[in-house]
Amino acid sequence: METLTFLVFAALALGSALVVVSHKNPVYSTISLVVTLFAVAVLFVMLGAPFVGVLQVLIYTGAIVVLFLFVIMLLNLQPRSRDESRLAGQGLQVVGAVIGGLILWFLIFFAFANSSFAALKPLTAEMVSLKTLARDLFTEYLLPFEIVGLLLLVAVIGATVVARKVPQADATTSYQKPPEGSEP
Amino acid sequence: MADLASPNLIDVAVKLAVMLGFVLTVVPVMVWVERRGSALIQDRPGPNRLGPFGLIQPLADALKFIFKEDVTPSAADKPLYLLAPILALLPAFTTIVVIPFGPTLEAFGRSIPLVIAPAETGVLMFLSLASLGVYSLVLAGYGSNNKFSLLGAIRASAQMISYELALTLSVLAVVIPVSSFYLPDVVAYQQKHVWNVIPQIIGFVVFLIASFAETNRLPFDLPEAESELVAGFHTEYSAMRFASFFMGEYASMTALSCLGVTLYFGGWSLPFVHLTGWIGAIVGLLVLVAKVGIAMAVFVWVRWTFPRFRYDQLMRLGWKVLLPLAILNLLAVAAMTLAGWL
Amino acid sequence: MTPAVPVSWYLLLAATLFAIGVVGALTRRNGISIFLSIELMLNAANLTLIAYSRMLDVHTGQLVVFFVLAVAAAEAAVGLALFIAVFRQRHTIDLNRINLMRW
Repeated sequence: METLTFLVFAALALGSALVVVSHKNPVYSTISLVVTLFAVAVLFVMLGAPFVGVLQVLIYTGAIVVLFLFVIMLLNLQPRSRDESRLAGQGLQVVGAVIGGLILWFLIFFAFANSSFAALKPLTAEMVSLKTLARDLFTEYLLPFEIVGLLLLVAVIGATVVARKVPQADATTSYQKPPEGSEP
Repeated sequence: MADLASPNLIDVAVKLAVMLGFVLTVVPVMVWVERRGSALIQDRPGPNRLGPFGLIQPLADALKFIFKEDVTPSAADKPLYLLAPILALLPAFTTIVVIPFGPTLEAFGRSIPLVIAPAETGVLMFLSLASLGVYSLVLAGYGSNNKFSLLGAIRASAQMISYELALTLSVLAVVIPVSSFYLPDVVAYQQKHVWNVIPQIIGFVVFLIASFAETNRLPFDLPEAESELVAGFHTEYSAMRFASFFMGEYASMTALSCLGVTLYFGGWSLPFVHLTGWIGAIVGLLVLVAKVGIAMAVFVWVRWTFPRFRYDQLMRLGWKVLLPLAILNLLAVAAMTLAGWL
Repeated sequence: MTPAVPVSWYLLLAATLFAIGVVGALTRRNGISIFLSIELMLNAANLTLIAYSRMLDVHTGQLVVFFVLAVAAAEAAVGLALFIAVFRQRHTIDLNRINLMRW
């Protein structure tokens, strides 16, 4: 049962990830990203991290991707037109990325073949409880927590400042007298 | 909490049938309540031709929607256009899985918590699934290929995500004294102490206003305002697709009312009543239904009493009034919990 | 009950998602699509962290993912604000056309 769940959601994640990177319409890419994020959230829950999974749905799909959609609609991005070939002259990048992926796979196989990790303990309620997670967060990781809070504040202010419309100076207010001595 | 890895599927199916039945029944009832209630407030008869007191009216409406011509704009982005009404039902039907509708039932040799998904993440799961409701608005607006729809969709989604913050913070304030996100724990806390609406009245007011904005109900329904934007994001939808949006709105009102009632008014419990077993379960369900019914009546009452907020007034209220209030409420509740008062 | 799915499967899935993200980030011309691919890569990293957290029976992985989520949110906000600002100037976010660099 668990294997089936994993396979279904892993296939879903992979399929929608492929759509994200290949579809010509940015809105479809974004919707596929939502599907990928949701599938990954389910995998988080299966790995004994239900809180992180729920937070992923709440923050990533509920806010960040909505922001993406907003910007795509505000900028009125058109789908890539049919006669623009997408992968023209980019075969090298794709091959490079695929080789990188294969190297990662090899590393994982190597790591798991040459060492004997202890068998996974079955999930207990205590392992997934929020209380132990929160205790670590607010004692051992308090400094990063506060810094991240500060970072978010800075990001909010920064985003507001960068995206705001600079008021245009109009002709009546920015007229400057020509310097003395020049020809009228 | 039940063993999540191997839930008893029959339990889940029965509980799902109960809650889904409840939500699906509420929709036609609400259609009737809305039309008769609005008529009552506006001092006119309302539908009274079809059946006694117009009770068959929702059926007539449903038949009308089924037989109406389904017009799809030719330049619409078809997959997104068709996906949006389905997504409108998604938040409502997925979020009800964490609402408890009775005390723990001891039957068939095991103890069955009367909540479809007895997960520790409880309320957080509700909030995260409810936040997915933005997508149906955005996709409807974008997929319709219509300027008014797009504008309505952007306004609606901006409104939803702004008020989601105030909603989440007021919910967090309730969670702090209980020390748990699990909703049956919240109900147990209220049974032991007092209904949360009394110590956290500010939080309740914030929650109330935010839930009007979340469900796009008046006084916050500018995104679908008929006189302003044609019909906002669902301009281009007709017949069954429009009915889906309609149903989705009522269903998410129901789900949010269930949450509000569970967080602030004791959910399925009554103050001095402690029934258990099958009687307790049935009484609990009926009490929850009654409380949600009162909440829905309040929704209808407010809709036909208040004028509509202008969009900038709406955003100003959400960010400059509700959010600071919600934060202050959170701080106050945290301080009171530390002081031992809650 | 010991879980039926070995942790290495999760790691392999995360590696594959990461590679797909890299392909997207390198081949797309649209700035927003590159951003989406970056989010995909971040998610793959999150999955790896959670898998290791499960394997080594500590909470560190989950906490780091918590921070990664917050940082990703901040990055998305600022990055999209930058896109809006660039779009106002250049009326396009095709990366080939807003490229001011010489080579």
